[in-house]
Amino acid sequence: MSALGKIVRAGVGRRRLQSLVMVMTTMTAVTASVMAAGLVVASRAPFDHTFGKQHGAHLTAAFDSRRATGSQVAATAHAHGVSAAAGPFPLLSLAVRPQPPAGLAPPPVDPVLSIAGRADAAGGVDDLTIVSGHWITGPGQIVITDGWGPSELLGTPIHLPGVPGDPALTVVGTARSATHTADAWVTPRQIAALTPPGSAPTYQMLYRFTEAGSTAAMTADRAAVNAAAPAGSLRGTQSYLVTRDTANRQTATFVPFVMALGILGLVMSVLIIGIVVSGAVSAGTRRIGILKSLGFTPAQVGRAYVGQALIPASVGTALGLVLGNLGSIPLLSQAEGAYNSGALAVAGWIDVAVPAAVLALVVASALAPALRAGRLHTVEALAIGRTPQVGRGRWAARLAARLPLPRPLSLGLAGPFARPARSATIAAAIVFGAVGVTFAYGLGASINGVQHGLDRDSPGQVQVDPMAPPEATAGGARPTPRKEADPAAVARAIAAQPGTRAYFSSVFTDVHFLGVSDAITAIAYQGDSSWASFQMVSGRWFTRPGEAVVGHRFLQATATRVGDVVTLEGDGRSTPVRIVGEAMTTGDGGMRVLTDAGTLARAGVTVRSGQFSIELKPGTDRARYVAALSAALRPLGVGAQATTGRVSATIVAMDAITAILTLMLVLVAGLGVLNTVVLDTRERVHDLGVMKALGMAPRQTVGMVITSVAGIGALAGLIGVPLGIALHDYVVPKMGDAAGTRIPSVDMSVYHAAQLVPLALGGLLIAVLGALLPASWAARTRTATALRTE
Amino acid sequence: MSTPIIEIRDVSKRYDEGPPALADLSLTVEPGEALAVLGPSGSGKSTLLNMIAGLDRPTEGGVTVAGVRVDELSEAASARFRRERVGMVFQFFNLLDDLTVLDNVLLPAQLLGAGRAAARARAAELLDYLGIDRHSGAYPGRLSGGERQRVAVARALMNRPALLLADEPTGALDTASGAEVRELLTELHADGQTILLVTHDLALADSCASRTIELVDGRLARDERAVTR
Repeated sequence: MSALGKIVRAGVGRRRLQSLVMVMTTMTAVTASVMAAGLVVASRAPFDHTFGKQHGAHLTAAFDSRRATGSQVAATAHAHGVSAAAGPFPLLSLAVRPQPPAGLAPPPVDPVLSIAGRADAAGGVDDLTIVSGHWITGPGQIVITDGWGPSELLGTPIHLPGVPGDPALTVVGTARSATHTADAWVTPRQIAALTPPGSAPTYQMLYRFTEAGSTAAMTADRAAVNAAAPAGSLRGTQSYLVTRDTANRQTATFVPFVMALGILGLVMSVLIIGIVVSGAVSAGTRRIGILKSLGFTPAQVGRAYVGQALIPASVGTALGLVLGNLGSIPLLSQAEGAYNSGALAVAGWIDVAVPAAVLALVVASALAPALRAGRLHTVEALAIGRTPQVGRGRWAARLAARLPLPRPLSLGLAGPFARPARSATIAAAIVFGAVGVTFAYGLGASINGVQHGLDRDSPGQVQVDPMAPPEATAGGARPTPRKEADPAAVARAIAAQPGTRAYFSSVFTDVHFLGVSDAITAIAYQGDSSWASFQMVSGRWFTRPGEAVVGHRFLQATATRVGDVVTLEGDGRSTPVRIVGEAMTTGDGGMRVLTDAGTLARAGVTVRSGQFSIELKPGTDRARYVAALSAALRPLGVGAQATTGRVSATIVAMDAITAILTLMLVLVAGLGVLNTVVLDTRERVHDLGVMKALGMAPRQTVGMVITSVAGIGALAGLIGVPLGIALHDYVVPKMGDAAGTRIPSVDMSVYHAAQLVPLALGGLLIAVLGALLPASWAARTRTATALRTE
Repeated sequence: MSTPIIEIRDVSKRYDEGPPALADLSLTVEPGEALAVLGPSGSGKSTLLNMIAGLDRPTEGGVTVAGVRVDELSEAASARFRRERVGMVFQFFNLLDDLTVLDNVLLPAQLLGAGRAAARARAAELLDYLGIDRHSGAYPGRLSGGERQRVAVARALMNRPALLLADEPTGALDTASGAEVRELLTELHADGQTILLVTHDLALADSCASRTIELVDGRLARDERAVTR
């Protein structure tokens, strides 16, 4: 081994603590960065890939066929910025009744499908991918979107109960549209045959544009199409950006906070690596002097110290790479589910780029102090030794001496001013630690608040499902189909049950709004639901038929606001619905409508029955209530059950990732403090010996050493908390946006005095914990040995 | 006869496998004595001083200083003992360079928890007595060697110790400064201060010490009292 190699190896081995800190910091940085970058890339790639391959439609537009002819709509293909277009395709929203799987009753309501009339699966825009079966070859056939309904639909008939004569179409295939332009496709001629008397289909046009990369570009494109169409004929549009966001929703929700924690980890890593490396150099000034006196060139000294940094950093990078890829597995598996794609993995280039960037940062952090050390005059290096330059921080020492504190504490308080640059850097590291802790606390509290809000999907303490469970028959024969209990009888039983405070029934169903090609999930309520209203972002809960509360994504997709009126399309009928509030709901990515069942009835959508949610009077024993109500409902063939809280796997995963990354941040900050205090203590060991010779007790020594970082920690905590709150206020709405909702203010305002005080003390805690070990080492150091140390 | 201020009984000290630094040493020092410990390098002088100050512990034997079994004290008790009973002067002064002269001198009283006014008054008295009061706001780096050692002596005397320990107090000084310190220690002894000084400086031993011992290989080779003082 060369002399340089021996020096590097000895340096790494001798400074084990510094090497450990460097391993930990680089490991944290690489882990967080790989996870963050992996998620960002994975959340884009599958959609973009499919969208590009299928020439997906940037804009899907619906035109009122009463206000524009087919040729007028077709002419919008020449609007400014349009690079390709397809259509017009006639579009109908019709209730359908697929054949239920064997042994099961039909669903309580007939779902509504948006059915487009298209002659071909391809056409230059929105080329459909046939997933199973084949494309339509003639009348009486229908192709449905992949993933809709039961898996055994292929080859079975689908009835259209709202169309005179209850015609049936045979499912001949399943297809996938990148932007989900329709739920099903038939021939254009078939659409004409299915159109109920007195109504007319909508025209659907699909566009691609030369500029479509941003919301602003899409807004301009939409305006161009609108200008090219007859006035008032454009009834609604849907941008591919919304579809892409919806597709990316699940993983995209993770991206903001993983990125935030990742960046925090990265910046901290740079700081700590800088502290550790420059500390190693300054602590080794005398060693550098000896090396130079032996004939080492400045360049060799520089290389030696860069090498000392690179060896542990490489180990940390390798570990971080493994941990980052392992940590990405649960996150990316969620992405797989969201995209219905094959197995996703961290992109290969991320596994190369992230380590390269981190190691480059390490070299940059090490190079400056190493070169500075290399340029020191040999005699100067030998003479400087380890003690800080005399004269620094004297004013602080004088000031601290005047404080009404025990002398060891005032000496400790003045300590950081002897090494201002190092103290500032470690303060910055603790600030980032405090930011991380504050942010993580707020994130957890907000997520839990959101979870509580989302539990309104299944409100009340007791539920009754009016669909009787299937009855198994002897000999393992098929169970009997589920039967629906009489909802009115169920309601009477609930109302008559002592302990009932309030109740309503609700059911999920698909509805269509004019201008939105996708079916929208609606929750239809029967009875007084005001006691179980969702957390409101703005506006109020609905109070009568004709009013609705919607999710944020619905407002975005329909370009509407609270107070606007939208048109609900049912089985050949439509009705205006006023949006009276925006609720927090992440179901269906926020594309959800909450309204009275009467609203749906106005559009001809019949809600047969729904689940009853019951609120009990205060003091009612829930178990007894459930037993008593079940007994009362037994003649109807149904029973009651206690409502169980639904814990989202996404939220559990977020909590876990936040906890892990925050712990790593705190650990790194603590290790940074520990390393700094060790350096300081080693440098001042002779002074410590003097003080101990003068009678400084071990407890006083511990107090002095801890105080030397406690002030920094306390200050850093005070700075870190508001920054952490600011980060929370920036990131959480972004997560909500990714999930398709805005966050109600009640879930944003999670920092109160009771939490702020301990959070502000977090920096102090990090500092004290980091300093404990070297402080006890300082207290244990033998005075005689310390006095002999030069 | 008064109680000895230092009583060392059958003390031995071994480091690892080498020869003992101190071997079966017994010694008593009376209050008011000024004892000079002489001997070549490695003879055990500094080890003896460390034992008496409670900075090190004997392998065998016992060390009693001012009625306290120093070798049986915990670290914290040993620190308290030094604060209250012992003042130390070092060859290289061991002043804290980032504290002023006054702050250095105040330090032992502050560690003891003494009242601020009383401590400042005592420090002022000592600085005046030692002729360095004009330097009270200065930093040690700006003082001459003799002045720094005077500051170290002031610091050592701050808590009115029963025993002043001096380890080569003139070893790092030029001739003139050495003479100053020699004179100072003589005056202190004349005022009744018990002093134990480890030195190679025979002139210092002659002028200041009422008794001289010589250690060779950790054993007491000579123990002489001055005829008149």
